[in-house]
Amino acid sequence: MRILVVEDDSDVAGFVVRGLKEAGHVVDHADNGRDGLFMAVSETFDAIVLDRMLPGGIDGLKILETLRGQKNTTPVLLLSALSAVDERVKGLKAGGDDYLTKPFAFAELLARVEALARRGKAEPTVTRLVVEDLELDLLSRQVKRAGKKVDLQPREFRLLEYLMRHTGQVVTRTMLLEAVWDYHFDPQTNVIDVHVSRLRQKVDKPFPAPLIHTIRNAGYMLRAEPV
Amino acid sequence: MSQPIGTGSSAGKGRDRDGSPHMSDTGLLRSAGVRFGVVYAVLLAASAAALALFLWWSTAGLLDRQTEAAIRADAQGLSERWPQTGLRGLILTIDERLAGNVDDDAIYLLADPAMRRVAGNLERWPPIVAEAGPYYELSVLRAGIRTLVRAHRYDLPNGFFLLIGRDVQVRAQLRTLLTDALLWALVIVGAMATAGALVVRGLFRRTLANVSATASAIAAGDLARRVRLSGRGDEFDQLAEVINDMLDRIGRLMDGVRQVSNAIAHDLRTPITRARTRLEDASLHADTKEALRAAIDRATQDLDGIASVFQALLRISEVEAGARRSAFTQLDAAPLLAEVGELYDAVAEARGVTLNVSVPGALPLHGDAPLIQQAVANLVDNAVKFSPTGGTVRLSAAVRGRRVEIEVTDQGPGIRPDEHDKVGQRFYRGEAARSTPGSGLGLSLVRAVAQLHGGELRLEDASPGLRAILSLPAWEAMHG
Repeated sequence: MRILVVEDDSDVAGFVVRGLKEAGHVVDHADNGRDGLFMAVSETFDAIVLDRMLPGGIDGLKILETLRGQKNTTPVLLLSALSAVDERVKGLKAGGDDYLTKPFAFAELLARVEALARRGKAEPTVTRLVVEDLELDLLSRQVKRAGKKVDLQPREFRLLEYLMRHTGQVVTRTMLLEAVWDYHFDPQTNVIDVHVSRLRQKVDKPFPAPLIHTIRNAGYMLRAEPV
Repeated sequence: MSQPIGTGSSAGKGRDRDGSPHMSDTGLLRSAGVRFGVVYAVLLAASAAALALFLWWSTAGLLDRQTEAAIRADAQGLSERWPQTGLRGLILTIDERLAGNVDDDAIYLLADPAMRRVAGNLERWPPIVAEAGPYYELSVLRAGIRTLVRAHRYDLPNGFFLLIGRDVQVRAQLRTLLTDALLWALVIVGAMATAGALVVRGLFRRTLANVSATASAIAAGDLARRVRLSGRGDEFDQLAEVINDMLDRIGRLMDGVRQVSNAIAHDLRTPITRARTRLEDASLHADTKEALRAAIDRATQDLDGIASVFQALLRISEVEAGARRSAFTQLDAAPLLAEVGELYDAVAEARGVTLNVSVPGALPLHGDAPLIQQAVANLVDNAVKFSPTGGTVRLSAAVRGRRVEIEVTDQGPGIRPDEHDKVGQRFYRGEAARSTPGSGLGLSLVRAVAQLHGGELRLEDASPGLRAILSLPAWEAMHG
């Protein structure tokens, strides 16, 4: 995928660009707001990683507002050292699709950018998600694996739905907490691990091949092949 | 009316005289004391000038107006006589009037079209009196004596001219006397205004010196200094009290900041040291790539821990600053609690702890839903963390009177009553909690959220265990 990184800190930018390239993406980089805005409007990207505070008069929010003003819907992940709740809300209101506070783990950034880029090309609304022998019916809200019905509680259903919608992608614990529980703070205990392990008990345990994999230092991934 | 204006300008001179000592030193004008002094002097001079003007107008001005009224009355009488008796009658009347003029101050002169005298007590027509409109003030020679006359010219229908006037020599002397007295009075007022201005400035400086000495002592680092009270209970004492209260509050806040920064220094130094040691050790001793990578990963985890402590601290100060109050909405806390219960149910189960959630139908609140949820999550997180295996944690809530009370009870080691106040402080960790991982910031956030909503966090002994009660004002209570 083609990704634009607009970030003025050369260490952070270098690290992010290298990491994204290693993950197999084509990456362009701008280290100031003017170049960033120019590249963002003149070329087509699958996703943009945008620092909120940039030198040179044009900051991240300005770029974002300009893009959205031109009906450009490229998914944007905002990076910011401002962690206050209102800042986050401001960023999302300006048209940001996701917000990541510095300092961040690269795995978190990669997972979110890939999720955004894929969401950009959203497939038509589906009513059924299938991975290998696992089926999830969004209408009847039923889950079957190898033809056998799996009983899930509502929240477990949403957790599995999110994992299946991001099949083959890493989803981090924070992404799950935000998407499935709508929590935007970091609980001190790692509650997500417990919920995923519960889900595994029902979805993976009774079957020979596990589908939910733990990705070290990152999060989880649902896919057929072992990691 | 040229005279009163002249007096007005002399009053202006008096004002300049007051102002000039201050004006000469422009640097002084920046001082509020000098400004107050100048304002005082200008006000005093202006009111004195106004008084002088009024006095002048009501005395000297009155004399002039009386003279003119007498001239007008005379003219009225003569002009009524004119159509009946003609020129001869007019001459007779003038002679009669001159004869009957006891004060000997009336001036008449009737002249023919060639400006030659026909009747009256003036020898010649004074050339200054050239028009019929205005009143003239002129000096004439009368019976050998030079005297001051106020006169008016009337043009008669047959080409004759009539001059009617009054000798105002005595009145003019009186007026000069009055003008002089008023001018001298203005000079005295000017001097007094200057002196008064100096006194006002001195008073002002002395009163302020107290406050400014305290302020500069504090600026220089003596934070214990306070403004002295005069004991009179006047406005300055009130100001001093307000300033002292403010200084006390600043002092308390600074103590708080100092405590926090000490705590930060202490609590963050440990993980930073750990991360640093790990990296240095790996750099010096790691033989394999795997060992190096493991050391770096663990150091990264330590740094993440530090970042999350910072995040928690920032969040607490954000809450304490009260900025979130603008995001308050009316909300029902019951589903929020149910969600927290559901989130932690799995965690409790994994630890062999039973989480009992009993939430009533509705808990109407006015507040920030995510913050309340986070506060409750922190309480439940704590309770589950400190519960012994096989224990029970209860999350319940009820509307009691005008408060919504959210209770979290555990069967853990509890917190000693003498520690109850301290656990809300940042980084404080109860004696029993030292061995459990945690930042010591969880309850600080809960307390900050409670205060933001105008509520409180109460800790009680549940023997065994701890009961934490988050008590918030219910929505109805806000409408009385």
